[in-house]
Amino acid sequence: MSILNIIKRLFGQEKSSPAQSSTPQPIEPTQASTPVEEVKDSIQTAMNEVTDNIIEAAEPNPTPNTNHEDYSMHHVIIGSGPAGVVAAESIRKLDPKAMITLIGDEPEPPYSRMAIPYFLEENITEEGSHLRKTDNHYDNKNINVVRDRVSSINPDDKTVTLESNDSLLNWDKLLIATGSHPISPPIPGLDNPKVSNCWTLEDSRKIVEGVKPGSVVVQIGAGFIGCIILESLVKRGAALTVVEMGDRMVPRMLDQQCGTMLKTWCENKGVTVLTSSQVNSIEDKGKRLLVSVSNGEPIEADFVISATGVRSNTAFLEGSGIKVDEGILVNRHLETNVPDIFAAGDVAQGLDFSTGEYTVQAIQPTASDHGLISSKNMVNPGSAIHQGAVLMNVLATLGLISVSYGLWEGVEGGESAELVDTDNFRYIRLQFDGDKIVGANTLGITQNIGAIRGLIQSKTALGVWKERLMENPLNFMDAYVGVTGGHT
Amino acid sequence: MQKSLYLDADKCTGCKQCELACSFERDGSFNPIKSSIQIFTFHEAGRFVPYTCTQCDDAWCMTACPVDAITINTATGAKEVNEATCVGCKVCTIACPFGTINYNTDTGKVTKCDLCGGDPQCVTACPTDAITYVEADATGFSRMKEWAAKTDNAQSAA
Ligand SMILES: Cc1cc2nc3c(=O)[nH]c(=O)nc-3n(C[C@H](O)[C@H](O)[C@H](O)COP(=O)(O)OP(=O)(O)OC[C@H]3O[C@@H](n4cnc5c(N)ncnc54)[C@H](O)[C@@H]3O)c2cc1C
Ligand code: SF4
Repeated sequence: MSILNIIKRLFGQEKSSPAQSSTPQPIEPTQASTPVEEVKDSIQTAMNEVTDNIIEAAEPNPTPNTNHEDYSMHHVIIGSGPAGVVAAESIRKLDPKAMITLIGDEPEPPYSRMAIPYFLEENITEEGSHLRKTDNHYDNKNINVVRDRVSSINPDDKTVTLESNDSLLNWDKLLIATGSHPISPPIPGLDNPKVSNCWTLEDSRKIVEGVKPGSVVVQIGAGFIGCIILESLVKRGAALTVVEMGDRMVPRMLDQQCGTMLKTWCENKGVTVLTSSQVNSIEDKGKRLLVSVSNGEPIEADFVISATGVRSNTAFLEGSGIKVDEGILVNRHLETNVPDIFAAGDVAQGLDFSTGEYTVQAIQPTASDHGLISSKNMVNPGSAIHQGAVLMNVLATLGLISVSYGLWEGVEGGESAELVDTDNFRYIRLQFDGDKIVGANTLGITQNIGAIRGLIQSKTALGVWKERLMENPLNFMDAYVGVTGGHT
Repeated sequence: MQKSLYLDADKCTGCKQCELACSFERDGSFNPIKSSIQIFTFHEAGRFVPYTCTQCDDAWCMTACPVDAITINTATGAKEVNEATCVGCKVCTIACPFGTINYNTDTGKVTKCDLCGGDPQCVTACPTDAITYVEADATGFSRMKEWAAKTDNAQSAA
């Protein structure tokens, strides 16, 4: 059967869920063709069994309480994003007697950057972005939340220096979870007050202030974060031009086909997308800004948003002896080269499941994984070994959902299976290494999508399903149920 | 003792009553696409496999959620989505290695099996007892859970 016929058959069906529709070809038994291997000591992830869900986080304590006589250890965590918060809660669960201090330099209660787009759309209030919703959540867990900035780490005397009053705070175990910051490309005029990053709640308030219905907005960068906020800007009523250096949208997450389809989609929705292009300068013209671009007419804009990528927050580590490359170098226990100091989240250069290399992934699921694993090792040294994080992204751009997993660009000597339906903006490409799935890109496909992660991370040998998926990659969920045998 | 769904593919005739009952309970419509339980059809073998969320202990969806929108119902043990809190970011859908939490484009939120608060409608609808709601120990879920453990990013040092 030709690919075209398959596409017609598959995409002709119910639009919103091709993957769950009945299978197009007759297929064989479903008994596990790959027996489920014995799994060594499966770790039950020490997750927070929070059952309460009322709004508002605790007011931070002004100073950490270090007077407890009866604590087992003092765990200090720098950074109160998802990595830091997950770690703090997990430490509490593993050691009820530990003293836990969570230091963050942002003014808000611990929140999730991921919720920012929904705040910009005015779908949620600021509170909706808070990582935990229970009144006194941190108090109840006896976690000291301190608002301050750590200016240096002093491993010799096991202290950190707090910026506000230069005081020293002792620790027994230290976790660095300081996240990352947006990079500033060297563009003249980028420091104009009508230019903003989109990284913090503070940035978001500035954008809410500056982007009103009818505002002309230039966004520098169509990467992952850029594409996520693009939708919010359009929903705020902005007339938007996106300027991207790469030759397609989200070049570091989507392949050529996928990134190009996404560009067309955005253009159809009235967004101007300039790829292989660059902002040269931003000039203040009084009421408006004049934005000159490398290919095209200068744009008179009301507001500019810079979203060109992020870098790990490691500057304050200078002189500490902690080794830094792209991010903080950690081993498979998420421990740094300095004993008793760990790192997690966007700041850590951790193991990538697919490549076996150590990289900064800068995504939320990896931050929470790191938080969990590092905390286990802080409480019980050597108790948890990181298996590596699978790179995964899901992105909604003006309603079109794209996904990338693992080695979405494929591997040398590997095969790939692809279905393209440009008219309906649907796309799937599975990447194989032998008879295992190692990566994927999808567009417009959401049903059962997580099964692809399952297949990648379990390194399941697909057996007969390999050929079937080569012919029709949309059958990934059938393959999944087929090889795992379902529940029975 | 908490109860679990027990799905017995050998008894399933593929009538899909469960999908209809589930979508009606969740969405008010008889629309299999809105169902949280799915029947997979393997034509040549004449085999039908019912499939839904295992309410796994690790609950990747719950850990991945950036805004605490997925919580445990202490009575049933089900991991439930709080629609008012969910921002619709879909991170849970790519994190769940079973593919059993899905985005609903109509609501802009995600949906998953919540055991209907302890009275699963798929069980009531199933005419052949292929889906039953039984003491958790009796189910075949332990194998699923083992498989799930393979997907864990941490492994304990033996
Ligand atoms: C708009 C937006 C949308 C996003 N969407 C997604 C998405 O859809 N999917 C996804 O996977 N990821 C997304 N991300 C990325 C995700 O938010 C990050 O990967 C995640 O926040 C990393 O968590 P973290 O805990 O490592 O760091 P952070 O959340 O950055 O938290 C670190 C905290 O430490 C503080 N800090 C830094 N230095 C110090 C110091 N010296 N002393 C005290 N405190 C300090 C910081 O101010 C910050 O509060 C998005 C990000 C943004 C901005
Ligand atoms: S889609 Fe909703 S439930 Fe899922 S991770 Fe995002 S906010 Fe949480």
